[in-house]
Amino acid sequence: MPESVHTLFRPPFRNYQFDGAYDEMFEAPGVPRPHYQALFQTLLELPPEELRKSQQAADLSFLHQGITFTVYGNDEGTERVFPNDLLPRIIPNNEWRKIENGLTQRIAALNLFLEDIYHQGRILADGIVPRELVYSCRHFRREMRGLTVPRGIYVSICGTDLVRLPDGSFAVLEDNLRVPSGVSYMLANRKVLKKVFPTLFRDYGVSPVDHYAQALLATLRALSPPNATGRHEPKVVLLTPGVFNSAYFEHTFLAQQMGIELVEGRDLLVHENVVYMRTTAGLRRVDVIYRRVDDDFIDPLCFRRDSTLGVPGLFNAYRAGNVMLANAIGTGIADDKAVYAYVPAIIRYYLGEDPILANVQTYLLTDRSQRNYVLEHLDELVVKAVGESGGYGMLIGPHSTAEQREEFRQRIMDEPRNYIAQPTLSLSRAPCFLDGEAQARHVDLRPYILYGENVTLVPGGLTRVALRRGSLVVNSSQGGGSKDTWVLRA
Amino acid sequence: MSGQRETTMLSRVADSLYWMSRYLERAEHTARLIDVDFQLRLDQSPEAGAGRWLRLLEASQVAPPLDGKIDAATLTHILTLDRGNPSSIISCVVAARENLRQVREQCSSEMWEQLNRLYLQVNSTTSSEAWLLHSYIFFRAVQEGAHLFHGVTDSTMSHGEGWHYIQLGRFVERTDALARLIGAHFKRLPQSPDQSVENEEYLEWVGLLKSCAAFEAYCKTYTAELRPLRVAEFLLLNPGFPHSVRFSVDMVHAALRAIGELTERKAEQPLRLAGRLRATLSFSQIDEIMASGPNAYVDSIRWQCAQAHTAIHQVYFDYSVESALVA
Repeated sequence: MPESVHTLFRPPFRNYQFDGAYDEMFEAPGVPRPHYQALFQTLLELPPEELRKSQQAADLSFLHQGITFTVYGNDEGTERVFPNDLLPRIIPNNEWRKIENGLTQRIAALNLFLEDIYHQGRILADGIVPRELVYSCRHFRREMRGLTVPRGIYVSICGTDLVRLPDGSFAVLEDNLRVPSGVSYMLANRKVLKKVFPTLFRDYGVSPVDHYAQALLATLRALSPPNATGRHEPKVVLLTPGVFNSAYFEHTFLAQQMGIELVEGRDLLVHENVVYMRTTAGLRRVDVIYRRVDDDFIDPLCFRRDSTLGVPGLFNAYRAGNVMLANAIGTGIADDKAVYAYVPAIIRYYLGEDPILANVQTYLLTDRSQRNYVLEHLDELVVKAVGESGGYGMLIGPHSTAEQREEFRQRIMDEPRNYIAQPTLSLSRAPCFLDGEAQARHVDLRPYILYGENVTLVPGGLTRVALRRGSLVVNSSQGGGSKDTWVLRA
Repeated sequence: MSGQRETTMLSRVADSLYWMSRYLERAEHTARLIDVDFQLRLDQSPEAGAGRWLRLLEASQVAPPLDGKIDAATLTHILTLDRGNPSSIISCVVAARENLRQVREQCSSEMWEQLNRLYLQVNSTTSSEAWLLHSYIFFRAVQEGAHLFHGVTDSTMSHGEGWHYIQLGRFVERTDALARLIGAHFKRLPQSPDQSVENEEYLEWVGLLKSCAAFEAYCKTYTAELRPLRVAEFLLLNPGFPHSVRFSVDMVHAALRAIGELTERKAEQPLRLAGRLRATLSFSQIDEIMASGPNAYVDSIRWQCAQAHTAIHQVYFDYSVESALVA
């Protein structure tokens, strides 16, 4: 960027930079988009010292509340505060509508897909999705074949990652259909921002998010097994892997907000296919489990035998229809990164509609010509392991060394089904308050979708930020942070 | 159904609260024992101290060294900062915090912050000569930290079932610790227990009272004239003093009655055992206790207390599925 452009800016934007990416705040250097005008004006008027103080107060409040996550691959108990950025990301109402419609369409189609592949498998028979792709997926659970889940809902809590491309359109980067996390940060960010920018917040007319916990509880209750209704108010619990899990804070937070019991595997037991929890007053029957434990660990009798986090016999109780799990077992097949490439076709197949939100172009490495192309262009592409999440098991071509590329080349040759490749996306950038000034950083957006009696999206979601300069990885485990997301009411 | 929402408490949560409280009480008790020892040491010959240190180890359930020799620095280290000793102060504070951390959503944030503060302070302490010289500051801090925690708990946590488990853990631990300490002191029965004691002996009995935070309260009741019989009566049978065995057992009983009502399991074993222990203490005469041997008496108290503890575990925390399904 030429030096002359910078002088258009006054602090805190003096060093604000642009590249090819879409900028959330500015339509041209120095010219904010209409919905960012008021924030831009406020920032120009606010002494940087004020903002710095607010940032410190916010950090301290996160630390005291213990809003932390655990980093794996370190000594146990390395709790870190999840960095929060003070400058809100603002989304106009019309853009949000489109996102909402697109995600509603997507969750409906993915649930139909799951029901189909665990029953007749019409989509496989019709050759829309290759059979071997489904059956070779590590997250396909043959145990779920023929099992009917209440309302046909497999995925009732979903967090979908969206990115904004240079042309300004949103695209789906990946679906998280197993145990998506991060919603507690969305709520915590909002609480802090209301304190920091009360007037601005009110004047903007921001859609509220505080009802998330209520909506989640209503969703979970809607799933309660048919023979529970009439017996008593359905008993809903949240199953956590325990205090050493990276998202333990979120588990305690959500349980508290919903007013439900936070249980560990050892608190539950199964007797004659009924799930009970051990309370001081004796055993209490459990109807719905919002489980934050992965499929693999949920029942040692059925899945991993060495799991101490699960409940022996839980799967049989589930099969018997005596308890509901949210999300269902085996939903990971639909967020496999290779199956992802077929989601637009899945939407067309079940709903007869065109996808509202686009996918990101994806190369399937089981296909010889696509694989050859990818192997020749490893330095330009992003390679991802199909079953991983959280930013683990990734190669970012432009930022990689020859050695890393060689390693991935070998891995792809060994197990082509296990990887996909995508173009290196230029995620949109938004201003963040770092080192006392506004700097542009790449962001994505993870809205949370609830599917019970109907589909509910709390407006906004978690905007994740790659806080390291130039970084494209927004995951908390890889140096990411987050910021509040303001969806405007009008 | 009535308008009141049925509240449930997970057995694991109750278990954690109970143990958190026991560990914290244990840390406080040990801190007081060493604190008192420090003060006494200044007034005594080294030989007199050595006997007391062995008693201290016994009261803390730590095996004495094989040759029977021990010095002040080693003793202090074992009981304070030795992470290998599960009943050292540091081990107890770590265990208390770990128990509370696992049920954080059940306690008030003030409670968590208070215990976390105590933990951070204890955890950052390292043994050194300079530290030893001023370690009384540390022992005071641990006692105050525990007192503050209970104060914060009483005024910020609702006095429901969870609160009663905290009470229960605290007073079960106190009953046992007091009985153990009194037992260690009465091992060597004084010639004439109803006579006032003097000199070195006097200091030992002051030490016992102070180890139970009871010296001032004793003086108010019996004046500063120390007679072993009266000390025993005060520490065992006084109904109003919070560090007497009888008071502690009364609190255990009250907590169990409240829990029994909240869980609708009134007829259960723990309350019956606590009730029997309470009756024993209410109707005992100190003359009879001394005549039949105070050691046997405190042993029986400890035995009954251990039975109550086991019953609490079996009924509330770790019951068998079969028994629960029948009920």
